[in-house]
Amino acid sequence: MSQATFRIWRSNGEGGAFQDYKTEVSEGMVVLDAVHKIQAEQAGDMAVRWNCKAGKCGSCSAEINGNPRLMCMTRLNELPMEEPVTVEPMHAFPLIKDLVTDVSWNYEVKKKIKKFKPRAPDAPDGTWRMQQVDVDRVQEFRKCIECYLCQDVCHVLREHDKHDVFIGPRFLVYTAALEMHPLDTENRLQELKDDHGVGYCNITTCCRQVCPEGITITENAIIPLKERVCDEYYDPLKKLFRMFTGK
Amino acid sequence: MPEYREYTYDVLIVGAGGAGLRAAIEAAASGVTVGVVTKSLLGKAHTVMAEGGVAAAMANVDDRDNWKVHFSDTMRGGQYLNNCRMAELHAREAPDRVRELESWGALFDRTKDGKILQRNFGGHRYPRLAHVGDRTGLEMIRTLQDHGIHQGMEVHMECTILTLLTSGGRITGAFGYDRERGHFMLWKAKAVVLCTGGIGRAFKISSNSWEYTGDGHSLAYHAGAELMDMEFVQFHPTGMVWPPSVAGILVTEGVRGEGGVLRNSEGRRFMFDDIPDLYKNQTADSEEEGWRYTQGDKNARRPPELLTRDHVARCINREVKAGRGSPHGGVFLDIAWIKQHIPTAEEHIKKKLPSMYHQFKQLADIDITKVPMEVGPTTHYMMGGVRVDGDTQMSTLPGLFAAGECAAGLHGANRLGGNSLSDLLVFGKRAGQYAAEFARAHSAESIDAAQIDAAAARSMEAFNRGAKGERPYQIQYDLQEKMQELVGIVRMESEMKQALEVIEKLHVREANVGIDGNRQYNNGWHTAMDLRHLLTVSEAITRAAILRQESRGAQFREDFQSKDPEWGKYNLVIKKTDSGMAVEKRPVPELPVELKQIVEEMK
Ligand SMILES: Cc1cc2nc3c(=O)[nH]c(=O)nc-3n(C[C@H](O)[C@H](O)[C@H](O)COP(=O)(O)OP(=O)(O)OC[C@H]3O[C@@H](n4cnc5c(N)ncnc54)[C@H](O)[C@@H]3O)c2cc1C
Ligand code: SF4
Ligand code: SF4
Ligand code: FES
Repeated sequence: MSQATFRIWRSNGEGGAFQDYKTEVSEGMVVLDAVHKIQAEQAGDMAVRWNCKAGKCGSCSAEINGNPRLMCMTRLNELPMEEPVTVEPMHAFPLIKDLVTDVSWNYEVKKKIKKFKPRAPDAPDGTWRMQQVDVDRVQEFRKCIECYLCQDVCHVLREHDKHDVFIGPRFLVYTAALEMHPLDTENRLQELKDDHGVGYCNITTCCRQVCPEGITITENAIIPLKERVCDEYYDPLKKLFRMFTGK
Repeated sequence: MPEYREYTYDVLIVGAGGAGLRAAIEAAASGVTVGVVTKSLLGKAHTVMAEGGVAAAMANVDDRDNWKVHFSDTMRGGQYLNNCRMAELHAREAPDRVRELESWGALFDRTKDGKILQRNFGGHRYPRLAHVGDRTGLEMIRTLQDHGIHQGMEVHMECTILTLLTSGGRITGAFGYDRERGHFMLWKAKAVVLCTGGIGRAFKISSNSWEYTGDGHSLAYHAGAELMDMEFVQFHPTGMVWPPSVAGILVTEGVRGEGGVLRNSEGRRFMFDDIPDLYKNQTADSEEEGWRYTQGDKNARRPPELLTRDHVARCINREVKAGRGSPHGGVFLDIAWIKQHIPTAEEHIKKKLPSMYHQFKQLADIDITKVPMEVGPTTHYMMGGVRVDGDTQMSTLPGLFAAGECAAGLHGANRLGGNSLSDLLVFGKRAGQYAAEFARAHSAESIDAAQIDAAAARSMEAFNRGAKGERPYQIQYDLQEKMQELVGIVRMESEMKQALEVIEKLHVREANVGIDGNRQYNNGWHTAMDLRHLLTVSEAITRAAILRQESRGAQFREDFQSKDPEWGKYNLVIKKTDSGMAVEKRPVPELPVELKQIVEEMK
């Protein structure tokens, strides 16, 4: 047991300030444990969102010492405990209270992406056949726990506020999972280019670096999507073809 | 009159886990209006945590499997207290429900011939669990979520139901509050489906998330519906035991399915020392046979590590009590040892059990490909719940349905791993279908305003007391501590009577809870309101456990250590009466001849 200081953002939605809380910490504790302890002992109404406490649900996203992390998977022994640990909400979304932000925008974005549309079943019993190698790639994208940390760190959303014209790395991964799904027959390239703003991404890889699931967001999802859009719309031959066919 | 926002639907679904989403999809598809209320954000419900897989007799890996084997495995696991109609429907319909997920975009791991791969799990005779590594629940909830959002249901995220509303012996809707903004909400509905999950937060060491405060159980009980099998709480044998702050987090049974073995501090595989008669024929008699089983040898029998959860949990408990435990009070679970058989074991383990690898690496600094884990029992699953009709999932209160973990019947005295995710799909669908039918067949009843006033007033009391009252958190901790100690894995009448006294006292403290701040996203307020549910389910568990004077399935009584055939004839039903909580014995319905035959054949 030793004492540590947590510098936690308190706000009722407007304005706000950091407040220091001292509390006892013990071996193996994660940041979420400390926040809970403070909540139980000193700040009963402090707002924090969490659910599984096992890194599986993506609820407890926050910025810890300035880094976008899951509070439940950040062990105190990885942090310099002689200094105060700062805990603040994600910056890319409107604040509701204390550590909790309004992430509903993400749910609206997802609805706009065309849903999965499978090809006709392969077998008479209505099932499909797929090889493991063909699903591996998409399974990587489907590991996403929708913590939105990648959205939080992406400068297009965080600094330039392009929420209206850019769906952000999470939903580029989602689109990639659909587009590369071995059974899917839908085409989402036009929206990707015009409405979902894949062009805004300039491959800084910040999103990939914070993903708690280790999804190779940029290399495996975004770049291939950009290539597909390029092939479809900027390939001179295809352009010519479209001019003549009007497609 | 309190102020509230008002919504009207034909069918209101409480909960957005696997059961809730599947019910909502079904109801919406049939053309009725559907609202979904969930305490957390969409996609975060407890289902997301499920790891090992979903059980369905598709026979993709072993063609000897079929619904009859699955049915009899489920009945054997439940020690024949199951609702046999539910066990039958579940076994018959699970394969279609799983395949349907694939048509909605789910990507399960594959067999060599391109079908859905299935793995071994405790109590299942053949490899039966469709899975995606060890993140099957995530795959399932995401598939349902992504399909569901295009089906026209309206989702109210971070809203909590505080009470169910009834009029003239029928359900009329529900009253609750919106956590993000803090205001009250009224949902009028002709049918309500409870899909609220479990009760694990009534115990100290638990694999369950904060949501598992038994809301659905308690809401149904207070609305007058019957609960059943409340004494049967499943303790999963393998939870993390160290470091303390993560104690209870689940270590999937998949570890043992992939060949992981349990050892005590003397290095002995103690599970070989105690194999129940019911399972003797199906259990390996050498370590070598057990290993072959985990690697898919159809002629081998399963290792004793894959016996049912209640049994494995008790064996671990026994080793620890006998002083043969690991340094932090568990036993050793070793998957690293498979390098004796598989040269590329390290890669193999990371591929098969990726979340387990990361969980231990990140939370305990332990590399499971190199050293054994320390594990011990953790509160995991609630077999008991709202008593429902096997076909329609309607409770004893007309218009109120229940599905998933908050409903009782399918699992009897003990659930087999993997049978919950399939339960959610099969009975979520059924509940959605029959709730929609009920809504179409009935007109809306008027709301009883007095019920709303009472609920709003009760929830505001904690604010009125403010700093003068007691903080809610300590009351919750005290309850968890005592339930763990007095109504845990090993139970005794004297201790459980003590637990009832504790619960009584905690009720008094609960009535004096005070909280600060305002109503918006106030975790203190939320915790205060959860207390009533936690106390209600704790009392139900304890009362039923006291009455059942035998050891069966998940219930182990130190003072009645053996199974009593007489008790095998009864389920225990809990009901609210004027004089408080009543527990009564209800005969288990007789098995129809065809089903009895199946059970006999598979013995
Ligand atoms: C770690 C872990 C691993 C598991 N692995 C497996 C496995 O491999 N295979 C298997 O078959 N089973 C497994 N289980 C069990 C299984 O995951 C659960 O039993 C199942 O997911 C429960 O689903 P559900 O739909 O009933 O409830 P949940 O998914 O828990 O959903 C409950 C919903 O109800 C909402 N809710 C609750 N109370 C209220 C209220 N008052 N007002 C509004 N909304 C409310 C919640 O917000 C949530 O949306 C596992 C469980 C755990 C803990
Ligand atoms: S790589 Fe693209 S999506 Fe990711 S953070 Fe950078 S700009 Fe945003
Ligand atoms: S892609 Fe990674 S960082 Fe982004 S939401 Fe998903 S899990 Fe989180
Ligand atoms: S609480 Fe679920 S990821 Fe942290």
